Amino acid sequence: MEIVVCVKRVPQTEEAEVIVDSSGADIVKDRLTYDMNESDVYALEEAVLLKEKFGGTVTLVSIGPQETDDVLRMGLAKGGDVALRLWDPCFVHSDGYVTASILARAMKEISFDLVLTGCIATDDGRSQVGGMLAGLLGIPHASYVTRVEIEERTVTAHSELEAGLIQVNRMPMPALLTIQTGINEPRYASLISIKRATSKEIRVLTMDDLGLEEATVGGMGSTTRIMKLAPPEVGKRAEILKGTPEQVSDTLTEILKKKGMI
Amino acid sequence: MSAISVLAEHRRGELRDVTFEMLVRGRELAEKRGAALIAILLGHQVDNFAQRLSEYADRVILVDHPDLIHFNPEIYRKVLTSLTKNGRPVLVLIGHTAFGVDVAPGLSVDLNLALVTDCVDIRFEGDQLIAVRQMYGGKLNAEVSFAEGEGLATIRPGSCAVRPLGLHGEIVKADYPAGEPPRREFVHYIEAPPGEVDITQADVIVAVGRGLKEKANLSIVEELASSLGGVLACSRPIVDAGWLPKDRQVGSSGKTVKPKLYIAVGISGAFQHVTGMKGSDTIIAINKDPNAPVFNEADYGIVEDLFKVVPVLKGKIVELRSS
Repeated sequence: MEIVVCVKRVPQTEEAEVIVDSSGADIVKDRLTYDMNESDVYALEEAVLLKEKFGGTVTLVSIGPQETDDVLRMGLAKGGDVALRLWDPCFVHSDGYVTASILARAMKEISFDLVLTGCIATDDGRSQVGGMLAGLLGIPHASYVTRVEIEERTVTAHSELEAGLIQVNRMPMPALLTIQTGINEPRYASLISIKRATSKEIRVLTMDDLGLEEATVGGMGSTTRIMKLAPPEVGKRAEILKGTPEQVSDTLTEILKKKGMI
Repeated sequence: MSAISVLAEHRRGELRDVTFEMLVRGRELAEKRGAALIAILLGHQVDNFAQRLSEYADRVILVDHPDLIHFNPEIYRKVLTSLTKNGRPVLVLIGHTAFGVDVAPGLSVDLNLALVTDCVDIRFEGDQLIAVRQMYGGKLNAEVSFAEGEGLATIRPGSCAVRPLGLHGEIVKADYPAGEPPRREFVHYIEAPPGEVDITQADVIVAVGRGLKEKANLSIVEELASSLGGVLACSRPIVDAGWLPKDRQVGSSGKTVKPKLYIAVGISGAFQHVTGMKGSDTIIAINKDPNAPVFNEADYGIVEDLFKVVPVLKGKIVELRSS
């Protein structure tokens, strides 16, 4: 089975301060650390599990500058076989549709039975590239997938809806699934496989290689544009209790006592 | 036809709240634009839904067909594309839900219309259409413009209050278009299995998130929960890691809870979690990141390493309770 996994290199902002840069429409990136997007890690693991069961190849595809190679190499160390990086300076500020179009172009070069992506990117939170890519490739898809079963050329996918309800759908391959976190237990790469991955070739495809034109990619080709970034206006903001752990615990127990909770 | 359309979302015999939230928001946009507000309802034997929607729209377009009993993005895309043959809408609002996210991206490709997802606000500024959405786990808001002032937007559930609009829209039936059968086929639903503990019934919930770092640390938070006579719950990463069962998860894909007291420990406060707990009477957040969005929802906050403060807090509560 030929499986393509689309992965994204994202800044880790969960515990970091996120500062808007001088353009007002992007963030200051040089102090942040980067990693493979969380749900993409699960998508990769699912692809490797399927390969181990049915045989075949796992191809990693990512859009990004040279730094993205780190993420692709980690993907190779965790069981990917081939890595493709799509990049041209003109790709900067591509919106979801342009991102999906660039990926769709690259797919023309690859044969595939299954395309897996993460269900959401932790940086922009758009949840749209996977569905758009399926649309552009003209293949069926399912979203927020928490279980995959394959029989012959049919994929059965469990999609997680609200409140834990699962919707089960069946579709023929080739198909695209956007993978939800928690579907599997992503493996750690061994030191040997990390070492091996450093010597693997990462093929780079440019705008010309993909047959794309400048006017159709990046900010120029995008139909949506970030005009402004700013911290959200806060209506109700918590009263922050100040002091040592000892002092804040005293204050909080007093509050809970007054509210009749202790 | 310059219209604002809202795609009604329903599942297993119920119109979902986000539909009415979008219609109220759509009403404001339609008034500003001088456009009609249209509710689009795709289903089978759903005349009662059409009646209810007519109180919230200038027109309800109803497509009734047995193929529309269960949501299927391929069928929805086919029907919605055929409806636009009578005129391109300026704006189509779709819920940012599991169904909405399943259909909107493909529809945007089919209709060649710009898409902005997970919008918390959307407005016209002159000819410009501007959406507001969150990025970086809720740490920043982005204002996003649509080229040519038109497009599709998925709207975050709970981002607009519902009020009666008192409209009496006409209900217009439209034909189900012929075409290829869908490749994706609905099989069935699986209910979430009931858990050992029903966290929705608890008065006190202590919930833990990614800040926990290791499974072995669960006991620290569990002890705080029992000192208050409460139950232990969590955000998604704890379930993903297999440290607690799914029935303990608070959030959009888990449980919605409204206890008297909710203590969020090491939880950053992404909207997927917040949406499941914001109805709690009193919310306390403990997180070492002063910029964590959870402090925007909480009544009281402690900016501190959870491992330093939680054991001390538990000690004080136990002391007070035994005295």
